[in-house]
Amino acid sequence: MKLINLIRLAIRALQRNKLRALLTMLGIIIGVGSVITMMSIGEGSKQSINASLSSMGSNMITIMPYSNEPGGARQMGSNLKTLTILDVEAIQKNAPNVAQVSPLASSSGQAISGANNWPTSIQGVSPEYLDIRKLTVKDGIVFSEQDVRSSAKVCLLGKTVVDNLFPNGESPIGKIIRFGKIPFQVIGVLVPKGPSNFGQDQDDIIIAPYTTVQKRVLSSIYFNQIYASAVAEAASDAAVEEVSANLRETHRLRNGEQDDFQVRTQAELMTMLNSTSSMMTALLTAVASISLVIGGIGIMNIMYVSVTERTREIGLRMSIGARGIDILMQFLIEAIMISITGGVIGVILGISSSLIVSSVLNWPTVISESSIVISFLVCAFTGIFFGYYPAVKASKLDPIEALRYE
Amino acid sequence: MKQKILEIHDVKREFIMGTETVRALKGVSFDVNAGEFVTIMGSSGSGKTTLLNMLGCLDKPTQGIYMLDNVNVKELSRDELAKLRNTKIGFVFQAYNLLPRTSAVENVELPLLYNPTIGTKERRERAIAALQAVKLDGRFDHTPNQLSGGQQQRVAIARALVNEPVMILADEATGNLDTRTSYEIMALMQDLNSNGKTIVFVTHEPDIASFSTRTVMLRDGKVQKDTENTNRRSAKEALASLPESDDY
Repeated sequence: MKLINLIRLAIRALQRNKLRALLTMLGIIIGVGSVITMMSIGEGSKQSINASLSSMGSNMITIMPYSNEPGGARQMGSNLKTLTILDVEAIQKNAPNVAQVSPLASSSGQAISGANNWPTSIQGVSPEYLDIRKLTVKDGIVFSEQDVRSSAKVCLLGKTVVDNLFPNGESPIGKIIRFGKIPFQVIGVLVPKGPSNFGQDQDDIIIAPYTTVQKRVLSSIYFNQIYASAVAEAASDAAVEEVSANLRETHRLRNGEQDDFQVRTQAELMTMLNSTSSMMTALLTAVASISLVIGGIGIMNIMYVSVTERTREIGLRMSIGARGIDILMQFLIEAIMISITGGVIGVILGISSSLIVSSVLNWPTVISESSIVISFLVCAFTGIFFGYYPAVKASKLDPIEALRYE
Repeated sequence: MKQKILEIHDVKREFIMGTETVRALKGVSFDVNAGEFVTIMGSSGSGKTTLLNMLGCLDKPTQGIYMLDNVNVKELSRDELAKLRNTKIGFVFQAYNLLPRTSAVENVELPLLYNPTIGTKERRERAIAALQAVKLDGRFDHTPNQLSGGQQQRVAIARALVNEPVMILADEATGNLDTRTSYEIMALMQDLNSNGKTIVFVTHEPDIASFSTRTVMLRDGKVQKDTENTNRRSAKEALASLPESDDY
């Protein structure tokens, strides 16, 4: 029989039992719909993580002190004192894959302006830091190399600090604030960045030259961290190698001795976060796929019923010239029609429910074509797989027996 | 010399039921020429059904030769048998076996659907012509449950005719019908026969057999009697002689 006639026949058979066909499809509809929704939520969160990570600077390399003494009490990395300006200079000089480098000496304390005060932290850095962290100045200017050299008491404020120290909306530019006991002149305000992936307020900062912070606030020659950026994202690994080599040299570490520092790239963080969200997506999708399998079993069940119900019809068709393959195709196409119609409805359901999720719950969702194509193929395959056995059973019937079946 | 449609030579059919062998046909031989109207009669257990399945190419003989339109059925595969049933045999069943909730014309089209050489337009035309041949004009879109038993059987006959088979094979085709409707169906059969169709009609009613040109009597898996009908009745006359009934 020609395919077009087979399809027409299948549509006719399904129309005759509309409610039954719909109930059979329901498993597939829910399965496909939930797979698409889950995948779009997963993909959406992955993309939003990636976007916020690259807004932090995707080439960024972070160097932190690290305890290399296995014996004795290990200390928290941030309290260790190993990173100095010598390390920064070594990286600047000897690491061709590193584009920019900035030390970071930070301290927390109370910022005061007139009657207002706010607990925050001050970050002593070099001007390159703003490029590395993708920070931009909204009003005013960035401090210069000259300011660094002269340990000038100038600073840039994040939005949160501005809001709390200048609640009446006046411009902070040119004003003098105090951090602890040290007065700073505000020369710029940063463009707000919003909370980070970990919920930290990235705008709750004061940025000043590292020399100023080291000398006047911390009275220390050590840095908490060093930030660097690779020339390109692809060069991250090479840059990390160079940084490690340079630091081992300046720290005079012998071969076999453990690093007393740690080098991290954004790429690592991205991989870690992505793998977490991929795992979540895979889990949700696996749960959703179970309903697809259950839907498939539903199809198989109803096709067996249908074959039994229509035994006489099968016998008649065989007696007037249907071959086994004709009968097989008839039932197989009927099963595929159920699963594909269910698939189409499921795709529509999945798309609309992920749109609802993003508009009502404000979760980022991204509907990828691949998730639609995959779930559609899976449900077509489900139809073939679960429809095949009932169809084979039908095609193997003995026409004599089938004709006399009551 | 008349063309032979069926040649059955010493056909045997045995069924193995567990350890026992049931011999349903024990060597049946007869030929049917083109244009004959043969009734096959026999009491139950005479091998009638087995022979019918064999003639309809639904079954193959264990032994012996069955030639249908010069094709040896025994050598054919399942699919080739299906093709033979499609093009050479028109089945008419006792229970009509029409597809439910399917219009008359679509029921008649059914055999043509399994004949890939026929297109959609020709299929519809031939189905309509076949329904007209069985005098069912104006009932094309009726479904079986909107038709009387006699009308349903006519649809089934139209379905048997539509592929222009060499032989119409009827299995107790009047078994579910009252006398008047049976005679109407037999009149139709006689019409088709006089237009050259070969008909093999299986029945157990001697009354029905009297409308045919020849009767083959089976008993215990063998041909008991094979006689030409000398005083063949006309179904139309028989119909006319029936008393008028009010509910007709």
